[in-house]
Amino acid sequence: MIVGKQSIQFEQAVHIISAASVAGKKEAEGPLGNLFDKTYEDPYINGQTWEEGEANLQKDAAAIVMEKAKMTPEQIRYIFSGDLLNQLIATSFGLMDYNIPIFGLYGACSTMGEALSLGAMTVAGGYAEHVIAMASSHFGSAEKTFRFPLEYGNQRPFSATWTVTGSGAVILGKEKGIARITGITTGKIVDYGVKDSMNMGACMAPAAADAIYQNLMDFDISPEAYDRIITGDLGYVGQTILIELLKDKGFDISKQHMDCGIEIFDSERQDTHAGGSGCGCSAVTFCSYILKQIEKKAWKKVLFLPTGALLSTISFNEGKSVPGVAHCVIVECE
Amino acid sequence: MTVKTKEEKYNAYVKQVTPTTNMWLNICKAFLVGGIICTLGQFITNWLKNSGLNQEDTAAWTSLALILLSVILTGLNLYPKIAKFGGAGSLVPITGFANSVVAAAIEFKKEGWVFGVGAKIFTIAGPVILYGIISSWLLGLIYWITQLF
Repeated sequence: MIVGKQSIQFEQAVHIISAASVAGKKEAEGPLGNLFDKTYEDPYINGQTWEEGEANLQKDAAAIVMEKAKMTPEQIRYIFSGDLLNQLIATSFGLMDYNIPIFGLYGACSTMGEALSLGAMTVAGGYAEHVIAMASSHFGSAEKTFRFPLEYGNQRPFSATWTVTGSGAVILGKEKGIARITGITTGKIVDYGVKDSMNMGACMAPAAADAIYQNLMDFDISPEAYDRIITGDLGYVGQTILIELLKDKGFDISKQHMDCGIEIFDSERQDTHAGGSGCGCSAVTFCSYILKQIEKKAWKKVLFLPTGALLSTISFNEGKSVPGVAHCVIVECE
Repeated sequence: MTVKTKEEKYNAYVKQVTPTTNMWLNICKAFLVGGIICTLGQFITNWLKNSGLNQEDTAAWTSLALILLSVILTGLNLYPKIAKFGGAGSLVPITGFANSVVAAAIEFKKEGWVFGVGAKIFTIAGPVILYGIISSWLLGLIYWITQLF
């Protein structure tokens, strides 16, 4: 059912049947470390290159999520997946052996929200029995794609985030599972003209504020309707800005707000500055910590909105600003 | 309110809430690290000179020794740690230049010797080389003109 301007309420909720999270060493050492299904000591994740490593993360996450649901690739109608690399090579090379029809997505770090939204729409619409929604990122491949070679010595500003090495995957279907998706609010591209790619929290906070505001308006609810409002990777700077921006619009989410980027690392101990980032940040936090909290009904209803900064090295070098996007997914307990 | 002022307002606000580094502390750290690297260079120079090398050979061998040291430290992933602490103090000396070349070489080796290492080894150092040559050419030109009169 179409709700308001940008939202959908599923008449029959789409269920999250199983979830899997695979992560790297630094993530394993972080506060959520013991919640992940599989972690790797090897920074190359058993590959020869960063890109191969990231592909392996996706391969593993898909394998584990199917194993947990006791399903075979033949039972999955579609995969919705994406990553941060040029032309989505981690997705293509990681998932091709499964022979499952696939939609490759690019939503920068908001990809998990996009995958969950499209996957839920596909299942709700009756176009698939089961789909996988997933996303990944890798610190090494992201640094190489967007910044400097890893051994290059430089100083990262306090507003900079640390790309999470990890992949999270869920299977969506119609039968009862660990949680259910009851609605979505798809975000618009929002640009407040910030040009600092080392302060992505500030670039994405307006998009997150816009999406949350629209979600509250479309469903005609207040922030108290949610136990948690969880953004993807705004980090400490972005969190401050988001709360302030929504206060200006008349909503106080300071009690409900949580950010995956802040949760996944211990910024003091792990020297991650503003927090974690990347598609993997929201994906692995969702598929471990968040879904576990919902499954044991510690949280009954959450708004999960991965946030993405829409830039490439080309757009950045050509002087463009860094717009943001965020996709809200309403997740409730069974 | 026009779009322009809204963006300006937001950028000003962002600047206000974004934590900044302590400039004076960073300058001190850069001075310390840069100073250590230069002292090391001076030590090598003195030692070579005392061993009987002439001025020109001494300068060349000193540079080579510092570059080698930087290459080894980069390969062992130690130079980024020094740079994280020392900032410009480790970036400006010849060791920083060597680090930027080696880091790219290590990273892009996976893409092959021609299109990887060959094409991308100077991705960071390239601008330094290009503008270094141009500025020395310009200074040479100015010097040449002043010598005409």
